[in-house]
Amino acid sequence: MLIKELSDLPGVSGDEKKVRDYIREQLEQEKIEHFTDSMGNLYAVKKGRKNSGREHQIMLTAHMDEVGLMLASVEKSGHLRFYTVGGINEWSLVSRPVIIGRDEVPGVIGAKAVHLQKPEERRKALQVDQLYIDIGARSKEDAEKKVKVGDYVSFDVQAGSMAQGRMISGKALDNRAGCAALLELLQKEYEQGFTAVFTVQEEVGLRGARVAAYRVNPEIALVLETTTASDLPELKEKDFATTMGKGPAFTIRDGSVVSHPRVLERLIQTAEEQNRPYQFRQYAGSFTDAGIISQSRAGVKAGVISTPCRYIHTSASLLDKKDWEHLVEIAAGFVGSVHEKGLE
Amino acid sequence: MGLRSLLKEITQKDGVSGFEQELAKTISQHFASLVDDTRTDNLGNLIMLKKGSKGFPRVILCAHMDEIGLIVTKMEKGGFLRFTSLGGFDVRTLPGQKVTVYGRETFEGIIGFNPPHLQTSQERNKSPQMDTLFIDTGLPEEEVEKSIPIGSVAAIQRSFLDLMHQTSAGKAFDDRAGVAVLWQCAGELNKLVHEADVYLVATVQEEVGVRGAVVSAYGLSPDLGVAVDVCHGSIPGAKEHEASELGKGPVVTAGPNIHPGIAERLAAVAKDYHLPCQRDVSPGPTGTDARAIQVSMEGIPTGLLSIPLRYMHTSVELVDLDDVKLSGRLLAYFTAGLDQTMVEELSCL
Repeated sequence: MLIKELSDLPGVSGDEKKVRDYIREQLEQEKIEHFTDSMGNLYAVKKGRKNSGREHQIMLTAHMDEVGLMLASVEKSGHLRFYTVGGINEWSLVSRPVIIGRDEVPGVIGAKAVHLQKPEERRKALQVDQLYIDIGARSKEDAEKKVKVGDYVSFDVQAGSMAQGRMISGKALDNRAGCAALLELLQKEYEQGFTAVFTVQEEVGLRGARVAAYRVNPEIALVLETTTASDLPELKEKDFATTMGKGPAFTIRDGSVVSHPRVLERLIQTAEEQNRPYQFRQYAGSFTDAGIISQSRAGVKAGVISTPCRYIHTSASLLDKKDWEHLVEIAAGFVGSVHEKGLE
Repeated sequence: MGLRSLLKEITQKDGVSGFEQELAKTISQHFASLVDDTRTDNLGNLIMLKKGSKGFPRVILCAHMDEIGLIVTKMEKGGFLRFTSLGGFDVRTLPGQKVTVYGRETFEGIIGFNPPHLQTSQERNKSPQMDTLFIDTGLPEEEVEKSIPIGSVAAIQRSFLDLMHQTSAGKAFDDRAGVAVLWQCAGELNKLVHEADVYLVATVQEEVGVRGAVVSAYGLSPDLGVAVDVCHGSIPGAKEHEASELGKGPVVTAGPNIHPGIAERLAAVAKDYHLPCQRDVSPGPTGTDARAIQVSMEGIPTGLLSIPLRYMHTSVELVDLDDVKLSGRLLAYFTAGLDQTMVEELSCL
C-alpha cells in the first residue's frame, strides 16, 4: 500500500530526495506533467476534462519531509552525536534503529545502560546530548569510512498493519499519508484540473510551501496533513486534539492559519453531502503549510484537512485507514465542488 | 547454520520471563544434533546433556533464555492496556516502542503516551512513569476485552540488525547471546574428547530473580558450574572499570560469587589457546545465574564468563559476534580439560 511504502522512505527535512524520486516515478507512470524547483518541491499539473488552463486556481499540497536527525560529530570511540531536525519527539529516540545518509548505513540510538545510572539520573528524561548513534565502528576513522558529519538520519522502521488491518503503523505517517492521498487524488478525473505540490521543509518552518505558493499563485489552497490524535487514557476529552476513527479533521485555526471560512464551509458541505464523518481539530496550536500559503502574494484562501494520527513524530505512529479514505474522497469532492460552483 | 543465523533466529522469538516455552522448543531444535539428550524440568529449564568419555565430573553450563517483558494489569476505557514489567526496564526506552501482545491471539501494539504539546515542561524533563504509559492495539474496547485478558504478556519487537564488522544489535541478546555461546561450545566439544558429562542449560526466569538457575542447579547437582551471561560493553559516559571492550574477547569475572579456581582456570585456558580474554570484578553476588548456582545445596564451585554488550536491557543490545564465538571456544576448551583432579582441587579452599 502506498502509505506504507512512502512512510518507510527516509526523507528528513532538507533531504527529501528518496521520497521525491518515488513520487516522481508514480507521476511518470500516470503520465502526469510534473517539475521541480531549486528547493526540491515537486509540482504536478493535473489536467481536467476541459482543458481550461486554470490548473493553478486550486493548489493541493502535502509535505514530503519528516522530522529526524543529522550527524553533528564523530567521537574518538566511533560513536556519533546528532542534532534533531524539526520537532522530533525526544522521548522516543533511545533504543531505536536508524539509517544514516544516502547509503542507509544502519545504526542504533544508545544511552548509558540503566544499571550504570545513579537513581537521580534515572528520574530525568534523556536529553539529546546524552544520546548517540552506534554503527559498530571501532574508532572515529573507522566510522568515517561509512558516515560523515551532516548526514541525515531517519528511523529504520517498516510500516505495518495493526488491529486486523484497520490501522497502519509506521514512522513518518506525518505526512506520507498526505502524500499518498495527493497521489490518489491525482488519479481521479475532474472537470477542471488543479496543481499538486509535494512540498519540502515543512517541519523546519514551512519553507518549501512559501516558494511553491509564490510560484503557483493559486486562488485557493487545500493542505493535506496528518495531525496529532490525543484520544488517550491519560487525557480528558477536551484535550483530544483529534480522535481516531471519527473521520478526517478540518482545521478552524492552528498556530499558523485561520482557515478561510468559505473553504471550511465547503469542506463541511462536501462531507455532509457525501455522508462522511468529519471532525474539527480541537487543538489551536502548531503549524501547517497553510499558514505560509495563505499569506502568499496578495493572499490565498487556504484550509487544512488532516488524518488523525496518534504518536506523531515518533517511530511508531498510528492511523485509521478509514479516516484516510474519507479524507481522499472529501478532498476530491471539494475540488469538484469548487470547479462547479466556485467558492462564493 | 552459522552463529549469526542462530542468534538471529533465537532473538526473533519471544520468551518473556516465565513464558519461555515456545522459545525453548526453537532452541532445543538447534541443539538437537549436537547433544545426546534433551529434557525440560518443572519450571521450564531446557536441559541438554552432552555425554563425556568418563561421565565424570558433571558440569553445568547455563545461559538464561528469558527476556524482560511486560504483563497486562488493566484495561482502560477505549481499550488501552495498562501494564507492569517482568524484569528491569529503563522506562525511558518504552514510549513509542512496538510490542507483541499475547492475548487469545497475538496482536501488535504500540506503547502510548501523552503528546508533548499536552505535557508541561516539567513532565517532559522527567523520566516517564510506567503507570502513565499504556499499550495501544488500535482495537475497539469490546474486542480488547474479549481477546486480551489481564495477565496477557507483551514482548518487545525488534528486528535483528547487522552493523559494521561483526557487530549485531537487537533485543534479548541478554542472554540469548549466552545461549549462542552454549551452542558454539557444544559444536566445539564435538571436535574434542572430554571426560565430563556436560549439561547445557538454557535457564528460565533469570530476569525476575535467577529462579531457573536455582532449581536446575539443585536438580542436576553438578560438581561445578559456569554461567554465561552478558556484561556492560564500553560506551561514552560509562566509567572504565564498569565496562569491557567489544571485540576483545570473553570476560572472566572475579569476586566472592566466583570460585577463584575456576576464574584462574578460564584465564589460563585462554592463555594456552591464545584466545583474547578480559577480566572484570564483581564485588558481591552477581546479577547472573552464577548467583544461585554457587549456593545450591552444600555449595557448587561456580564461574562466570561474560560477553561485552552495549545498551543492556534496551531493544538495541549490541554485541560483537567474534566475542560470542570466542566465548564458546574458551568454554569448550575449559570443559574438555575438566577431570577428577580439578574437581578435587576445587572442593576445598
